[in-house]
Amino acid sequence: MKKTPIISVKNLVAKYGEKIILEDVNVDIYPHEVTVILGGSGCGKTTLLKNILRLFQPYSGQVEIFGQEVTQMDEPEFNSILSRIGMLFQNGALLNSISIFENVSIPLEQHTKLSAEIMEKIIRVKLNLVNLGNAENLFPSELSGGMKKRAALARAIALDPDILFCDEPSAGLDPLTSASLDELILKLKNLLKMTIVIVTHELASIHRIADRIIFLDNGKVLFTGTLKEAKKTQIPEVETFFRVGKF
Amino acid sequence: MDNKAVLEYQNPVLTFSGNIDKFNVPGLIADYQKLKILRLERIDLQDVEQIDSAGVAFLDKLMLEFSDFKPQFIHANESVRNTINTFSSLQLPVAEKLKTDNFFIQIGGGIYKFFETSASALYLVADIFYWAFVGLINKKGQRKGSVIQQGVLIGVDALGIICLLSFILGLILALQSAAQLRQFGANIFVADLMAISMVTEMGPILTAIILAGRSGSAIASEIATMQVTEEIDALKMMAINPIRYVVVPKFHAITICIPLLVTASTLIGIFGGLIIAVTYLDLSAVVFFNRVFEVLTLKDVLVGLGKSFFFAWVIVIIGSYYGFHVKGGAEGVGKVTTQSVVASIFWVIILDAISSLIFYF
Repeated sequence: MKKTPIISVKNLVAKYGEKIILEDVNVDIYPHEVTVILGGSGCGKTTLLKNILRLFQPYSGQVEIFGQEVTQMDEPEFNSILSRIGMLFQNGALLNSISIFENVSIPLEQHTKLSAEIMEKIIRVKLNLVNLGNAENLFPSELSGGMKKRAALARAIALDPDILFCDEPSAGLDPLTSASLDELILKLKNLLKMTIVIVTHELASIHRIADRIIFLDNGKVLFTGTLKEAKKTQIPEVETFFRVGKF
Repeated sequence: MDNKAVLEYQNPVLTFSGNIDKFNVPGLIADYQKLKILRLERIDLQDVEQIDSAGVAFLDKLMLEFSDFKPQFIHANESVRNTINTFSSLQLPVAEKLKTDNFFIQIGGGIYKFFETSASALYLVADIFYWAFVGLINKKGQRKGSVIQQGVLIGVDALGIICLLSFILGLILALQSAAQLRQFGANIFVADLMAISMVTEMGPILTAIILAGRSGSAIASEIATMQVTEEIDALKMMAINPIRYVVVPKFHAITICIPLLVTASTLIGIFGGLIIAVTYLDLSAVVFFNRVFEVLTLKDVLVGLGKSFFFAWVIVIIGSYYGFHVKGGAEGVGKVTTQSVVASIFWVIILDAISSLIFYF
């Protein structure tokens, strides 16, 4: 039986000024899978992510999330979609003026009617899941880069979102933390049936968690398929990536 | 998401069905409160299709409330059981309450911090003066043209606003005093008042306050941003003294600019007074200026200009101090910028009071 995509990008074109960053991109992301977006630096991976989430307005093309076209959707409607999505930014993007606990509480306060007691339990569990159980009263400026990223992940999963986007989650992390993050991502996928979209270069991480690969090069999709298919493909760029492990 | 959850109680078993998730938990809590349960030994999860962390948090709450009866989950499928195990907060250590120091520790801490801050500020002052002096002889360690660039930013760019405000202040000062003086036929004394007040007080202090708000904040935020983005560390790693490279050009520029800005402010302020004297008090410009030069002494001019140097140095030193001592990211930069402006204005006024006491008491 053919799966219905949870996210469908059709003929997407993205530009910075006159420069074309993404050219006629067509990709489907399927539910309950970890999809990894790969490609060399500057190929448009983060731009694709941000265009899907309307952080950048696409120049043309369509993006469907949960079966709804979102590029022209009005803001309240799109916000209800965003409440079912979590995003881990490359540098964490925590709010510096409030504590880690308060950072994680933001989506819960804004999008649920849960009581303070239940929220507190959820926040403490999420912080514990990312091994930051003792850091809830600290401020982002008091955390290391890796800790910030983990705190940001706790915020991204606070609402148990249906879709989790991660922009280079392992970058700058030590191998052990990176591996435990991968484990957590797999756990989230399996337990909460989350759909996870990750931009990463880490080959070890890709091998551990990827179900499906989207390979971008110069703003175009060179390959889409399962990890198994990606390893066997004859497309030179993809083949080189998996052989050499870096671009 | 639309799947409703239902709660049923038959002593001592509580039975859930549907999805126990963030959307249904508030309703489940309301239903649970209506039931007024006194005894709970088992929680039946057979008909639970899905559970998320909000649902697990609710179950944790029940487990804690009825801990005397040691409730057990029954008939939970593997997926639900795994989710409960992963998201349960029952195994977490009890959250520690933040400790607050007692009154005496807070007082002691405050005093210690004051001395620590003072010592660190004095080191910075010594460093800045030393490198500013060395910088006059040896330009090594400074960027070429940086003093001129800073001079434009601190002096030329501020000239317009300083002149405008001085002119308005001169007008206001003359108008307010003229209204009183003309009642006694003492119109001519408006020239005395304008000359003395603009030269010794209003010119220097107005210029210093504008510079504190404009350049002081710019200095603090620039250095703080450099500190946050590790540019200061990068300079140190290139064996470049950050005070010499970043602060000294500003120090030299403000030292050159402030007497010129104060002079401009004073002259424009007096000109504002002249307009009122001519239009409102029917004095002639010649009489006004004769009186101005008659009452002004060299001491007034030197005190006015002399203290402006101290104001300028205080602005640079405080801006640099706060910039170098920034903590945190963007938030920290904003905080130290505000603190530096407040501290600069405070110390400018204190120095002004001290100079008045020394020279006019």
